[in-house]
Amino acid sequence: MTLSRRKTLALGSAAISISIIPFDLAFAIKPETQALVDEFTNGASVSEEGALIISAPEIAENGGAVPISINAPGAKRIVIIAENNPNPKVITFNFGELSGRSEVSTRIRLHSTQDLLAVAELNDGSFISSAVNIKVTLGGC
Amino acid sequence: MAIKPRIKIKKKASVGEVISIRTKINHRMESGQRIDKDTNEKIPRMIIHTFEASFNGKEIITFNLEGSVSADPYFEFFLKVPEAGELLCKWTDDEGSIFEATKTLAIS
Repeated sequence: MTLSRRKTLALGSAAISISIIPFDLAFAIKPETQALVDEFTNGASVSEEGALIISAPEIAENGGAVPISINAPGAKRIVIIAENNPNPKVITFNFGELSGRSEVSTRIRLHSTQDLLAVAELNDGSFISSAVNIKVTLGGC
Repeated sequence: MAIKPRIKIKKKASVGEVISIRTKINHRMESGQRIDKDTNEKIPRMIIHTFEASFNGKEIITFNLEGSVSADPYFEFFLKVPEAGELLCKWTDDEGSIFEATKTLAIS
């Protein structure tokens, strides 16, 4: 089988894109962030599949006040971590006996474009996490 | 420094209903990261570190805040109404000041 120049190029670019994709999809976590997550979970394993929804703008113009909303049915504790902030731990929510819904909205500061990570502890003791990328036009820390 | 804690809820609700509570307080939430241009020293952290909400003495939620919450912190959360009573919100800051606000809720 002889390879034409065109075929060689096509194969080459396909190989490159295959090798790049896993890095794009995998959520690269910083060691400091991992330490914060471990502190919250006491080292328990965290599932990335589960009903934990972070609602946040895709592009935040003002990093000084980024509106976020977290919804995790059945959660008793949720921690929010902003990886690139000088102080990555943002806030911990604890839901008490009269809480109607494990849903909460607030406004946070973001230093730069980054992944915002949320980890929730459910009532059965398991942990779930979710991350969302937020582009920040003007940092606000 | 901090003034005017505000709470917004419905005046009346039925037992078992889930209602939203919105709160806001004026507070500069100094993160401890900014540098004073005159002295070149970091401005010490001065934030609200704990926010608690309870209804008739029973806990609804407790939030532990770090330096990355916006100035004038705003929260929205949900209460499952057990009976008529009083909602109490409490903010505690690094200087030890405690700010409280209450709202009464009637059963319709």
